[in-house]
Amino acid sequence: MKLGRRIRRSRRGDFEVSLSADERELLRGLPAQLRTLLNDTSDPDLRRLFPPAHAEDAELEQEYRRLVHDDLLSGHRASLEVMEATVDAKRLDEAQLNAWMGAINDMRLVLGTRLNVTEDQKPLDPDDPRSPAMALYGYLSWLQEQVVEALAGGL
Amino acid sequence: MSVSPATIERTTEDEDVRPDRPWLVIVWNDPINLMSYVTYVLQKLFGYPKEKATRLMLQVHHEGRAIVSSGTRERAELDVFRLHEHGLWATMEQEG
Repeated sequence: MKLGRRIRRSRRGDFEVSLSADERELLRGLPAQLRTLLNDTSDPDLRRLFPPAHAEDAELEQEYRRLVHDDLLSGHRASLEVMEATVDAKRLDEAQLNAWMGAINDMRLVLGTRLNVTEDQKPLDPDDPRSPAMALYGYLSWLQEQVVEALAGGL
Repeated sequence: MSVSPATIERTTEDEDVRPDRPWLVIVWNDPINLMSYVTYVLQKLFGYPKEKATRLMLQVHHEGRAIVSSGTRERAELDVFRLHEHGLWATMEQEG
């Protein structure tokens, strides 16, 4: 198991990605899985990817949805494509790392919705059938912290 | 990843009849988005300094919601859309 920082801003302004082979294997399959889910955007696990804008006005909400749904969907897909295409990269530029951030966040939103996570989520019992998905969620959260930290360092 | 504002322009008959009351963009607390991520998104989308973005994030975290921007309906809708692109739970409502 590799320890330490995975994403680091380099002096020349791009980002060094030092993931282990196991981590890259894990990450490699995730974009395709989420892309398959996105084929049916009515799946309740996806609701956090298409949030409501008008909580109390069904008519305005319908109009908003009509306006943005396809743009949101293509944005989610575009991030997944970038992450998939660069999953073996040792260096990422800022736009690519932004896409990773979007893709990882979408994965976390779907997993977290499915697992019904809470703000003070306790680790699950290893025998709990949701335990592997929760471990993946935890790993993606840990990786996302590093992605955000690396990107925020440039603001 | 983001689309240009032009893609969500609307026609004139949709204009609010009382433009004097601004629309408020609200971000709601959720158990999934990381605190660091919410802060970064507010900095990136609105150009807020880190201190302001952090204050708004903490307000969301502790009070359940925070107003992150306000303006015309079109402006608010664009802001909500950009927040949704980033997976934040944002809604808009007209100031009462």
